[in-house]
Amino acid sequence: MSVPAKLPRWAEFGLLPFINLTVALLLSGAIIRIMGESPWNAFKLMGAGAFGSQDSIGYTLYYATNFIFTGLAVAVAYHAGLFNIGAEGQAYMGGLGTGLVCLGLGHWPLWAVLPLAVLAGAGFGAAWAFIPAWLQARRGSHIVITTIMFNFIAAALMTYLLVNVLIKPGQQSPETREFAPGAVMPAMHELLAKVGISFSATPFNLAFGFALAASVLVWFFIWRTRWGYALRVAGENAQAAVYAGISPPRIIIGAMLLSGALAGGLGLNEIMGAQHRLVLDFPGGAGFVGIAVALMGRNHPAGIFVAAVLFGALYQGGSQLSLDLPKVNRDMVVVIQGLVILLCGAMENLFRAPLAAMFRRKDGE
Amino acid sequence: MIGVLRARLRSNGCESGHEACNEMSMTAPSTHSAPPALELRAIDKRFGAVHANRAISLAVAKGSIHGLIGENGAGKSTLMNIIYGFHQADAGEILVNGRAVAIDSPQAAIAAGIGMVHQHFMLVENFTVLENVVLGIEGGRLLAQGLAAARTELERLARDYGLDVPLETVVSELPVGLQQRVEILKALYRRAEILILDEPTAVLTPQEADQLFRLLARLREQGKSVILVTHKLREIMAVTDRVTVMRQGAVVAAVPTRETSLRDLAERMVGRAVLLQVAKGPARPGAPLLTVQDLEVRDDRGVPRVKGVNFELHAGEIVGIAGVAGNGQSELLEACAGIRSPSRGEIRLQDRDLVREGLDPCARRRLGLAHVPEDRLHMGLVTSFAAQANAILGYHDRPAYNRGVATNRAAILAGCEEKMAAYDVRPPNPRLRISAFSGGNQQKLVLAREIGADPSVLLIGQPTRGVDIGAIEFIHKKLVALRDAGKALLIVSVELEEILGLADRILVINGGEIIGEVAPADATEQKLGLMMAGVRGEGGA
Repeated sequence: MSVPAKLPRWAEFGLLPFINLTVALLLSGAIIRIMGESPWNAFKLMGAGAFGSQDSIGYTLYYATNFIFTGLAVAVAYHAGLFNIGAEGQAYMGGLGTGLVCLGLGHWPLWAVLPLAVLAGAGFGAAWAFIPAWLQARRGSHIVITTIMFNFIAAALMTYLLVNVLIKPGQQSPETREFAPGAVMPAMHELLAKVGISFSATPFNLAFGFALAASVLVWFFIWRTRWGYALRVAGENAQAAVYAGISPPRIIIGAMLLSGALAGGLGLNEIMGAQHRLVLDFPGGAGFVGIAVALMGRNHPAGIFVAAVLFGALYQGGSQLSLDLPKVNRDMVVVIQGLVILLCGAMENLFRAPLAAMFRRKDGE
Repeated sequence: MIGVLRARLRSNGCESGHEACNEMSMTAPSTHSAPPALELRAIDKRFGAVHANRAISLAVAKGSIHGLIGENGAGKSTLMNIIYGFHQADAGEILVNGRAVAIDSPQAAIAAGIGMVHQHFMLVENFTVLENVVLGIEGGRLLAQGLAAARTELERLARDYGLDVPLETVVSELPVGLQQRVEILKALYRRAEILILDEPTAVLTPQEADQLFRLLARLREQGKSVILVTHKLREIMAVTDRVTVMRQGAVVAAVPTRETSLRDLAERMVGRAVLLQVAKGPARPGAPLLTVQDLEVRDDRGVPRVKGVNFELHAGEIVGIAGVAGNGQSELLEACAGIRSPSRGEIRLQDRDLVREGLDPCARRRLGLAHVPEDRLHMGLVTSFAAQANAILGYHDRPAYNRGVATNRAAILAGCEEKMAAYDVRPPNPRLRISAFSGGNQQKLVLAREIGADPSVLLIGQPTRGVDIGAIEFIHKKLVALRDAGKALLIVSVELEEILGLADRILVINGGEIIGEVAPADATEQKLGLMMAGVRGEGGA
């Protein structure tokens, strides 16, 4: 009886996440109440902060772009039966790849730089995922452990590179020089201006389009190709995979390469689109949020999109909250985000059993 | 009072007179006779749209062996799970010794004196017998105290029932038959008066099964009641006092065993006349298709499980491998299929050396070697996938199922529909999850998939495990037809009857070695049973 209880599709994909989210918000509301602010007011401010203006929508979608990439990364690995906790490190290294291309080829035209930046980001991310994948596939080292470790190695490596190698000469802060204008991801407000739509200037940029394209490609790959089929077979039942002539070690390596490449896409948004230079710790935890996004989105690109926008809104609305309500500081916002991750991610099954029992009773009548 | 009644019903619930039998029948009000040890009244259970149990009533007399038969999906398991507290009935009553009891958990069932021996043993393999028996009810402040008390009690039980099991031996070192005794001992130690055995002989040699039946008879003499859930009609005929037949969730017959026959039971189970014998003509073997030479296969721990096996499989014949489960036949099959690489020896498919070329199962399928695995749920199917996704497992990269980079969804759907029609898979819905199909229908789909690829050699493990009688007949016909079309079939089965009925030659495997070859004509279950136990036959290799 340890198998997760079965729910109707609409409850699985709609009702359960909704209940989880509601409970998370209720708990957050209680905490805000204790801190002496009105929860209702706080949520109104958060909502307005996330969706109330072009500005806030732009920021929300800019954050969401990061979460789409890392959410997809986690989901692809999940379908192969792997828990990739290393999206953070893979995104970090992917950003390095993108950043190096932008630094080195900044004088090239954008149409030439962009594909190379995409390839380098995906390549670096994939390469960072390859080592844990190989260790799991050929040596049986558990991928959860190794990918966590590789997050730290990536962080240490980037600190070294930014402090000692890539730092812009003659300054104290560990970051590179700014990319040449040719090596910058076009911002959404500029693109929209070209077709006559005015939109506030925000970090929201074309990388969002890449994230959407990646979502469609992932969906197609997983559910519409024989390789995706093989990946799902291996993820569901390794014995059946061997029986069918599918090699689980190869699937592990392939899925992790793809996963790392997707995580590497984060650099397109964050480095090439927003920062325009390599800085320390630019993934900012998006790799871990990606786990919650993938869980909440049921590892399906459409669900991941919805969950990513929700988390984008939490980030953007949350930072607005800390500006407007003095008693709710920045750390409080992190607590609220944490509660959502906890209930929608880690404790995702908390209400599943009672809900399933309810449906069974209803069916039993 | 109970004691007197026990004496009256003692040796055999139904031999003590017809009136006793009739009073035990399902609807008889038990006013002046002894209450049955276990009585079910109008048990009803639904799972969503499936009506698994429809107003089931049955009574098990004290000191009797009660058989429960039915096809897969007839609702036997659901009923037993209700009795043992895994499920709760939607309606109906359970009475133990005439008193209504509420059984909402296995603990409540044990408290009511009901014990269960599952088909797959619930034992901790690296614990001793004693530790396994006391697990969960150790008693005493320190483990040693509990164990000492338990040892005395178990020795008494062993004396009373002739249940000799070495208490200090680690369970994994015991043969399967003895492991089963440990399960029985566990139930008795928990003071079970009613013992449910679910398909107990599936893993036993015929000799071990006989021992089990002798044990059950002794339990009956001591006044215990036994419910024997099985699909083997012979066992029902041999040991039970009464038999209840279930079909589609309802009781279709409840009769004293003496008043029925094999054929009668089979027809009631299936609902129509069935062919118990496999109808086939003589084999016309042709050229050898699969040649195995000096094959040695080791398991994951490096222990040799197949030791220097040689055989040839010819076109147009069925070769059966008989053996007690765990004697290397699984590893042999997996090595031939390419799932496990042998540590020594050759496997040749016509002129190709499969081992030296290092061909994986996919490549072997392309050469015409198909494989129906022994364990379809863990190997042959992906249970969370739809039927149509399972119908291409192992063949998913065939051009027929692909169009460029994308899968050809129309072709996959049509292929599955075609297979379902040809093999009468019910319900014929390719989009339904495979786990929603019954065992027989799952097996038919696996067979349809593997035979559908038109192989020259077909390896089959347990062709009809967990498959109901109606489907068994169908599957056997398909296999014989395949043989008559000039294909070579290698069958591994723990069902001796099946091997005897299907095979044109029987190889007996014991301890990883082929210890003899027998022609089915002069093989009996007894003779095969002895060879399976390691006694070399006169036709020994």
